Amino acid sequence: MSQSYNRGTVEDFGRWREFTAGMWAWIFHKFTGWVLVGYLFTHIAVLSTSVGVDPASAQAGSDLYTSTLSGLESLLIVRFLEVGLLAVAVFHILNGIRLLMVDLGVGLESQDKSFYASLLLTGAIVIASVPTFLGGKLA
Amino acid sequence: MSTQIEQQETETEADEETEPEVESPGDRRRAQRDERQAQEQAQREVEEETLDDEDTITLKVFRYDPEVEGKQEPRFDDFRVPFHKGMTILDALIYARDHYDSSLTFRHSCRQAVCGSDALFVNGRQRLGCKTQISELDDPIRIEPLPHQEVVKDLVVDMEHFYDQMEAVEPYFDADETPDDKLEEQRQTRENREKVKMSTRCIWCGACMSSCNIAAGDNEYLGPAAINKAYRFAMDEREGENRKQERLRIIEQEHGVWRCQTQFSCTEVCPKDIPLTEHIQELKREAVKNNLKFW
Repeated sequence: MSQSYNRGTVEDFGRWREFTAGMWAWIFHKFTGWVLVGYLFTHIAVLSTSVGVDPASAQAGSDLYTSTLSGLESLLIVRFLEVGLLAVAVFHILNGIRLLMVDLGVGLESQDKSFYASLLLTGAIVIASVPTFLGGKLA
Repeated sequence: MSTQIEQQETETEADEETEPEVESPGDRRRAQRDERQAQEQAQREVEEETLDDEDTITLKVFRYDPEVEGKQEPRFDDFRVPFHKGMTILDALIYARDHYDSSLTFRHSCRQAVCGSDALFVNGRQRLGCKTQISELDDPIRIEPLPHQEVVKDLVVDMEHFYDQMEAVEPYFDADETPDDKLEEQRQTRENREKVKMSTRCIWCGACMSSCNIAAGDNEYLGPAAINKAYRFAMDEREGENRKQERLRIIEQEHGVWRCQTQFSCTEVCPKDIPLTEHIQELKREAVKNNLKFW
């Protein structure tokens, strides 16, 4: 029983052409998962460096937290990243529900349809969210 | 056969003793072979030219042979094969081998999707050669050996690891009690038969194992076919309790059912339409239920 597959030059061809729904779902789920982990750390880093509320300046709306967030919100790129974050999170949630169904053995024959459905639903939710995220003037 | 060889040897010796300058039988045979090859090449070219463009298909076949100098570097060879209605990938390969290149190597036996010898990687997907209609595929048809297995030669891969995994789940019956009358059959209810029916259809072709990229990355993973084998016996009501527990212990290990990440690749490629992912998932639940103790 060999311990590793090393096909060397033999394997060295552009081989895979047909990915099916389940495979794409797996790839997207992994990718969105890593993006969310990355976001979580950024989120903690940004927020933990901007706490420490001084009541007086908070009243005036010029404390560190408010200025950090409104500073970020004034950047167009951040607005777009927020839309992207929503897309990633929504897909991860919906596909997670799909995977839960798969684990419970419910509707395994239509797992490809549920993947397409989660993609469509993600798209719809993201498009609906665009006015909320991109609307409002950039400070 | 042994006498023939001896005859040849004595001939050689006699030739060398009497006339050393004259070409040896070996040289003569080599010359004949070269001539024959040239003829075959010419014949092949003529044959390929005369083939009507309308009803031919092009095969791009993976060629590799570590033991032949010119084939150590993997390459693709093109074969133009006349197409007829109902032609399968295997038919086309057999035609190419019989008419163009007798060194083209691939496994095949029954030609009716029972023996499981000719699982190939055709146009970027694992398919059974004898079960795949050429009319369903885009021209040119690219035929490669199964990915994630060692290539022995051309389209032949080393199946040893796959067989090891299949045997690792102890795929045999071990009933606790057999009927008193030795001639009595061990019966199974119709419902139970229906439950294991699909899992019994496995032909050991290895397409699922090759399509699974978890199995590609984790060599100790049992793989879909072996787990399906375990399912076939674990779900059979005639199976003995001891053997069932032992088998569940094997499949619930780190490299057993829990490696499956439900990509459905195996289910997609299985030529016998076995719902492999469903069986793996069911065994996962079975393993959990087996270990849950409420006290």
